[in-house]
Amino acid sequence: MTSYADYTTGEPVADTKAPAGPVNERWDKRRFEAKLVNPANRRKHTVIVVGTGLAGGSAGATLAEQGYHVVQFCYQDSPRRAHSIAAQGGINAAKNYRNDGDSVHRLFYDTVKGGDFRARESNVHRLAQISVEIIDQCVAQGVPFAREYGGLLDTRSFGGVQVSRTFYARGQTGQQLLLGAYQALSRQIAAGNVEMHPRTEMLDLIVVDGRARGIVARDLVTGRIDTYFADAVVLASGGYGNVFYLSTNAMNSNATAIWRAHRRGALFANPCFTQIHPTCIPRTGDHQSKLTLMSESLRNDGRIWVPKAKGDRRPPNDIPEDERDYYLERIYPSFGNLVPRDIASRAAKNVCDEGRGVGPGGQGVYLDFADAIERMGRGAVEAKYGNLFDMYQRITDEDPYEVPMRIYPAVHYTMGGLWVDYDLQTTIPGLFAVGEANFSDHGANRLGASALMQGLADGYFVLPSTINDYLARNPHHDTVTDEHPEVQEVLAGTQDRLNLLLSVDGDRTPDSFHREVGELMWEFCGMARTDAGLRKALERIPQIREEFWRRIKVPGTGEEFNQSLEKANRIVDYLELAELMCLDALHREESCGGHFREESQTPDGEAARDDERFAYAAAWEFTGTGEAPVLHKEDLVFEYVHPTQRSYA
Amino acid sequence: MSWTDRPHVRSVLRMALATRTDRRPSFARTVWDSTVGKKTVMAVSGLIMLLYLVVHMIGNLKIFFGAGEFNHYAHWLRTVGEPFMHYEWTLWLVRIVLVVAVVAHATSAYQLSRRDIRARPSKYVHKKARASYATRTMRWGGIILGLFIVWHILDLTTGTVHTGGFQEGHPYQNVVDTFSTWYGNVIYIVAMLALGLHIRHGFWSAAQTLGVGSRTRDRFLKTFADVLALLLTAGFIAVPVGVMTGVVS
Amino acid sequence: MKLTLRVWRQQNADADGTMSTYEVDGISPDMSFLEMLDTLNEELIVKGDDPVAFDHDCREGICGACSLVINGDAHGPERTTTCQLHMRSFQDGDTIDVEPWRASAFPVIKDLVVDRSAFDRIIQAGGYITAPTGAAPEAHATPVPKPDADLAFEHAECIGCGACVAACPNGAAMLFTSAKINHLNVLPQGAPERETRVLDMVEQMDEEGFGGCTLAGECATACPKGIPLMSITNMNKEWLRAARRAKR
Repeated sequence: MTSYADYTTGEPVADTKAPAGPVNERWDKRRFEAKLVNPANRRKHTVIVVGTGLAGGSAGATLAEQGYHVVQFCYQDSPRRAHSIAAQGGINAAKNYRNDGDSVHRLFYDTVKGGDFRARESNVHRLAQISVEIIDQCVAQGVPFAREYGGLLDTRSFGGVQVSRTFYARGQTGQQLLLGAYQALSRQIAAGNVEMHPRTEMLDLIVVDGRARGIVARDLVTGRIDTYFADAVVLASGGYGNVFYLSTNAMNSNATAIWRAHRRGALFANPCFTQIHPTCIPRTGDHQSKLTLMSESLRNDGRIWVPKAKGDRRPPNDIPEDERDYYLERIYPSFGNLVPRDIASRAAKNVCDEGRGVGPGGQGVYLDFADAIERMGRGAVEAKYGNLFDMYQRITDEDPYEVPMRIYPAVHYTMGGLWVDYDLQTTIPGLFAVGEANFSDHGANRLGASALMQGLADGYFVLPSTINDYLARNPHHDTVTDEHPEVQEVLAGTQDRLNLLLSVDGDRTPDSFHREVGELMWEFCGMARTDAGLRKALERIPQIREEFWRRIKVPGTGEEFNQSLEKANRIVDYLELAELMCLDALHREESCGGHFREESQTPDGEAARDDERFAYAAAWEFTGTGEAPVLHKEDLVFEYVHPTQRSYA
Repeated sequence: MSWTDRPHVRSVLRMALATRTDRRPSFARTVWDSTVGKKTVMAVSGLIMLLYLVVHMIGNLKIFFGAGEFNHYAHWLRTVGEPFMHYEWTLWLVRIVLVVAVVAHATSAYQLSRRDIRARPSKYVHKKARASYATRTMRWGGIILGLFIVWHILDLTTGTVHTGGFQEGHPYQNVVDTFSTWYGNVIYIVAMLALGLHIRHGFWSAAQTLGVGSRTRDRFLKTFADVLALLLTAGFIAVPVGVMTGVVS
Repeated sequence: MKLTLRVWRQQNADADGTMSTYEVDGISPDMSFLEMLDTLNEELIVKGDDPVAFDHDCREGICGACSLVINGDAHGPERTTTCQLHMRSFQDGDTIDVEPWRASAFPVIKDLVVDRSAFDRIIQAGGYITAPTGAAPEAHATPVPKPDADLAFEHAECIGCGACVAACPNGAAMLFTSAKINHLNVLPQGAPERETRVLDMVEQMDEEGFGGCTLAGECATACPKGIPLMSITNMNKEWLRAARRAKR
């Protein structure tokens, strides 16, 4: 029997949708070449959208505005609660309102470089182009962005760039943008163009005759399992960072929608590309259920340091200036505290590994605002970061105006996701993935304030243009019903899985398994990865899986509101996805962006890419639980931004 | 066929129309059907009654200047507006306005209160006293005041429940009679304290309901409400106190 | 810390509920309130009991999912969301009462979970600016005075948790509704729908069975985002203005 790690390499996969020609003309060209659906025919088409975050909410609203019949789902009690709401810092756009040399091309360049040359140029350029329209759209919706006294929009700078292009609404930009999309969606719900199903979770994808035709979903209140059919299915279900148990994701964010789609044939690209955010509040103990992010914008004015001496236990304010190591400013003088996230995180890990970490367990570094308060005055700092400081104080019971904040990296975002072409279509015809659920735009590392940009670009502008092409070319004349054998199979499979979970009646809670696999992933597939560690994880995961199915305990029944059942069912998928993440990390014997292989580093400890061997996106094909998957490579061609060693020094 | 009848145009139009609001009912209907509107009715009727009370209270104070002046004032109330108005017309006009205000105020209050109670059918097991202080004083205070008004009219306007022999046209003596009984004083003073509390929250509430409150004005409105409540209560209670202490006899 | 919890247990919307008593031990003051409930639930599951159902998601105080009345206060003793309430706000040996939001417009689904879809319908009635995708003018075409932008933001901070309804003695949704109306009506972009918005949203609010406002002020005290009571005053003003102007 072959082991999971003995993957095979299949046919390469290629994006056939991006037109050739100059990169700045591709999007216009694609939009022109894409077939359109007659407005009168649109209402005959049903599109399912799973998720109501920035990508899903904006996609649902816009498709409905165009006249499609949209059927939308979210597991939360309201579409307004999707986790995009927690994004704090801002949204990038190449408006060049500051006259500081910004342009679409610079945003494109920064994003490709920030992604460590593992993103697709066509997609990234389109993202940069659309960024400008997003701001216009959001302002028109009434998003209360921060403004200057003259009434014009304010911007700030963010990690990994040297221009000020980040638009923000205090520390709640994600909330404000999401509410904008939610309100647009609400308008369409009221108009009857969107049929909204809150508290309903997608459990599987229905593929009929090779095309995505619907989903199986469970009403989380009644437990009822139903089928929903459509002409196309859009997954906007977010990322899979919760594999790690502790992350900044919402507690119920999960990978089930994308993982089930993967099991049904959609390729999963670059699963090991996870972003570890440098500025999170350190954990306080084993009871920790999630981690809280402090916006990266804090690095604009805060200075990061640790004591120069190992094991220095003095309170921070007692450590004299010359005994402090402002390590980011020291190692990266030109970007200083504003280096990209992956670099800042790894640097924090390194100083903590050296024994210079602060706080409980030495797992933390200081983020100090003393200088900023002295320079700008407490009032100005309060106006800029007040809500973040309050949040920090509430969680830690420490006053960041008096004592430096303690921060530590935490899993925050997953760049990997379902493989999609330029049209955001997965390898299953009719199945689209938008936002964090796809892999397309951020390469191996996402720059700050780019997730909001991508989610909204996909939902408001890209998908509504490209989905027309699929629907126009693939009219469905047949209706699918529950009696269809392929639907029967999916329905029965879903029911069996839930029944099995309920029937094991073991002695361990869902959370205990989640925590176990999460800790394993954090240790071996977290900020630094090694061949030996990943192999160890690959050995452990099937054992945990086996134990799970022997010892899981899910109280109650499937025909009621049952949060334990929801949780356990999501863990089933984490236990498979974790394995693929480790394999992807193992196979990519280079360091790039958020993926750091200890075997592949420069003499001064920076990530060393191997463009010769790994300038591709790794798209994996599912072959069976625990069975070696097939790797399909999409070669990445860089015509405009030439790969160089990323330097932020 | 007209262009709007073409199927695709119709579907687009329907979409556009779906979010547009339909014809609105009349202003009065809109007001009466809405909780916010009904609160407006309460605010306006409350302010009318408040205005009346201020005048009434000032008039009452004339009792301290002797029976002649007080009775003369009472008589004047019936002849206001003459010769344009006939005897008591103005008084009746005021009475009608007041009855309308009381009925509107009470009906709105009753309907809103029923609605409020329905909106929170089960109480919290863990009780918090402060949560409903204002609401409770308004509701119970309102009921007390309603009952008081009935007694007050039967006592001093019609004389139906008056003790000591009601004399039409001799209000001074009637007032002295009423406040010579212990229950007359108790009823009156309790009602006036309820009135003070009612005005204290009611006046400020009315300002909020009518949307004249603002962050900068809030302090002023609250102080004004307090002062007004205090003055009215003190002014009204002065009469029974005057009778009890023998200043008025 | 060792605590006694009295938790509202209700199997489903139709069942009768009751307060059940549980003991939890080994609670760290650094735990959040929800992590303390997680601890209880882990014990209940292992014992084969039904864990306590409660809504929660982001646990960062922004999604608005968590919704517990703790010792009679919506979101507990601190001015924050339940997920950001930490056990250091309690004493060892305390007895804590945990109840769901109570309002007839928020029926209980199970235990501490309530149905807040009425809020969504209020927004659907007019809590938006009609700006179809693609139709937007350049963002700088309409400057917004900073005070207006700040005021809009202050109201836009509402997370739709429903604490205002839970705290209101009348189960009124005035603060929630007024927050959205003020957010949108103060902006120039929201002006064209200024009147229909307030009339339609208030009408929907009434239809959902929320109570009326008696200006008790409990909503603003409970609001984790500090939406001011003055928000309601301003909504009343907007409503009166709209009612006078509305086309017959």
